[in-house]
Amino acid sequence: MEIVGQLQKQFVDFSTSLNHEGFLDEQYLQLQKLQDESNPDFVCEVVSLFFDDSEKLLNNLATALQQQVVDFKQVDAHVHQFKGSSSSIGAQRVKNMCVAFRNFCEEKNLDGCLRCLQQLKHEYFLVKNKLETLFRLERQIVEAGGTVPVIG
Amino acid sequence: MEYCNCFESPWPADELLMKYQYISDFFIALAYFSIPLELIYFVKKSAVFPYRWVLVQFGAFIVLCGATHLINLWTFNMHTRTVAVVMTTAKVLTAAVSCATALMLVHIIPDLLSVKTRELFLKNKAAELDREMGLIRTQEETGRHVRMLTHEIRSTLDRHTILKTTLVELGRTLALEECALWMPSQTGLELNLSYTLHHIMPVGLSVPIQLPVINQVFNTSHAVKISPSSPVAWLRSSGNNMPGEVVAVRVPLLHLSNFQIHDWPELSTKRYALLVLTLPSNSARQWHVHELELVEVVADQVAVALSHAAILEESMKARDLLMKQNLALDVARREAETAVHARNDFLAVMNHEMRTPIHAIIALSSLLQETELSPEQRLMVETILKSSNLLATLINDVLDLSRLEDGSLQLEIGTFNLHSLFREVLNLIKPIAAVKKLYVTLILSPDLIEHAVGDEKRLMQVLLNVVGNAIKFTKEGGVTVSAFVTKSDSLRDPRAPDFFPAHSDNHFYLRVEVKDTGSGINPQEIPKLFMKFVQSQPLATKNPGGSGLGLAICKRFVNLMEGHIWIESDGPGRGSTVIFIVKLGIPARLNESKLPFLHKAPGNQIELNFSGLKVVVMDDNSVGRMVTKGLLVHLGCDVLAVSSAEECVRAVSNEHKVVFLDVSMAAVDSFEVAVRMREKFSKRSERPFIVALTGNTERMIKEKCRKVGMDGVILKPVSVDKMRRVLSDILEHGYLVESQ
Repeated sequence: MEIVGQLQKQFVDFSTSLNHEGFLDEQYLQLQKLQDESNPDFVCEVVSLFFDDSEKLLNNLATALQQQVVDFKQVDAHVHQFKGSSSSIGAQRVKNMCVAFRNFCEEKNLDGCLRCLQQLKHEYFLVKNKLETLFRLERQIVEAGGTVPVIG
Repeated sequence: MEYCNCFESPWPADELLMKYQYISDFFIALAYFSIPLELIYFVKKSAVFPYRWVLVQFGAFIVLCGATHLINLWTFNMHTRTVAVVMTTAKVLTAAVSCATALMLVHIIPDLLSVKTRELFLKNKAAELDREMGLIRTQEETGRHVRMLTHEIRSTLDRHTILKTTLVELGRTLALEECALWMPSQTGLELNLSYTLHHIMPVGLSVPIQLPVINQVFNTSHAVKISPSSPVAWLRSSGNNMPGEVVAVRVPLLHLSNFQIHDWPELSTKRYALLVLTLPSNSARQWHVHELELVEVVADQVAVALSHAAILEESMKARDLLMKQNLALDVARREAETAVHARNDFLAVMNHEMRTPIHAIIALSSLLQETELSPEQRLMVETILKSSNLLATLINDVLDLSRLEDGSLQLEIGTFNLHSLFREVLNLIKPIAAVKKLYVTLILSPDLIEHAVGDEKRLMQVLLNVVGNAIKFTKEGGVTVSAFVTKSDSLRDPRAPDFFPAHSDNHFYLRVEVKDTGSGINPQEIPKLFMKFVQSQPLATKNPGGSGLGLAICKRFVNLMEGHIWIESDGPGRGSTVIFIVKLGIPARLNESKLPFLHKAPGNQIELNFSGLKVVVMDDNSVGRMVTKGLLVHLGCDVLAVSSAEECVRAVSNEHKVVFLDVSMAAVDSFEVAVRMREKFSKRSERPFIVALTGNTERMIKEKCRKVGMDGVILKPVSVDKMRRVLSDILEHGYLVESQ
């Protein structure tokens, strides 16, 4: 099965690159370990949840930062949430961005916050893209009759 | 002249006379010759004639007579000597034969006559047989009728049909004018006319039972002819008709099934019915013996059929009753079950509802005690505390007991230190004993192992109860507690012959004797002590304590532990000893050891089974919650994930072993959750372990966690191995060996 082999190689390369580039860290590997016969779609479910959660948070952040009087505590709370969920997933770059964001919140630096928000959005969409590609590769491998290789 | 034999007739020979003689002789000869011919002819025809030679003789006689007469024809005129000789010969022969015949007939005629007599006799006999045949046929007919009647009667089990059929068939068979059945009334003093065939008499007529004619009938099992004018045979005045003969027979009404048809028990049957049969009037018929016999037989059969019908009726009634009772019982059972369910539900609810306020009162009162109070206030608070403690104990006892009774209580088996259990009980008791100036001694047998497997909490409860009672009922002296391992012989309590302790390799029987020098117990009171709610009234004491449940609960716990508890006392004032034996397990040395658990190197996989372990995860971040839950599910736990502190505090029960709180939640104070959980579970053994999950590495967090009473802190991110280590540490030791 040439195709399966190729797909698998693609998958491995892609995963490794994600890790090297800092998009996903060890936590993601831990998540993959939790997937078994009794819980076959665990990673997919968690990631979907993350996407939903993140989009909500980003909207809330945008709204909060557009207020006349910005409530930095509220903003901090949202960012904190985002940090939590991204670290649970293993989205490293997103998490790091959140840390920076929180600093700006503590300083009550609105510009900094707004800039961070932009960067945060950017990072989020990047990692989202990567994850979707990863899942697509997994699906292709499974459809071609192969098994998804386990990294790490 | 020639001698002439002719007669010189005195008168001149008449020609006419001569002619007539001549003809007569001729005819006589003819007749004489024809008679034997006829005889021969007819005899030849008949098959049986025993007197042939008589016939010959007779024939000869007749022939000769005929010959004589024939020859006589020639002697009318002048005849020759030859003729005369022939004539003489014929006459001589005839004479001889006729004499012979005459002599012979003397013999024969009586014979012939006797034949006739026999014939007559046979004819009579035949007539007689005919008559008898007729009789037999009649009897057979009646027999057939009886059989048919019986068949009709016995083919139904309905008493009305039986009786009606009887009357109809009897009427038909015997061609009766009237057939009536009189039944005894309920009181037994009257006979009521119940059934009639032709309704000549009105139904419902009643007649007193003590009439002589009725007694006469009742006293014999035969059918009795009675006078047509007696009250039971009362006919409507039908003018100058000659009433037919009346016969009455008794019909025994039996209620038992043990009877024999030919042997009516005379004593047991007291009730009879009366069957009265009337022949048609003006018929001059008489009751024949066989008809009476038939009536008697029918009466017997009717009695049998009636009793069968009665029995059937009764058994149907009994069966209906049983069915009704069954239904009622079913309903009652279901009601009882519902009641039990309702009670259990009620108890389950009250269990929680009652305990919570009590604990609140106790907690707050003890807190109040810590504050500054005036002596009066302090006294008041102490009273409140004591009362609420009593109340709490009472509630616990009642609820425990009801659970024990249901059989829903199960022992919580675990490994514990037996020696320290005894010491702890004594430590608890010592202050009270000291106040009463009583000594307390503990004797532990040297072969008592240190660790045992059993329900530590319940065993302590039993021991505390028993020792507490000992202290309560002792005014001076003290209490001695001794514990040892027993062998099978000494386990037998003479009062419990059913208690057969069985030995096995990994169990032993612990025998504890608590001896006090107190007020003792009347031996007759001893059985009552273990009954619920019964308080033995000590002779002169103001001790109000106890609900009377303590010993009852102890007994049940001891029984649950497959043991036995009893009291021995020499009498009032002589102290008493409570002895109980319980079965405990021997911990296997290797895997149940309580040695401190050294932290294993990461490569060493410990196969610890967390399957079904109930845990709670609290995290308001949905992703984080899902990840932690997935982690624990992967390790086999039964996870309840909550997102708020309210939910957490509400959902946690004593079934959950560990609670994971995410303390990086900004909005919720997770520490508050820990505090509230400590409040919720006052007993240490019921409270789940609380572990904090945090991404914050600050030392402050760890301090704060420890301060609020959390059992451990884990740093996020948590790997599968880390979680596994954490779980095993926490369940093994109750705290995390090293900070993870």
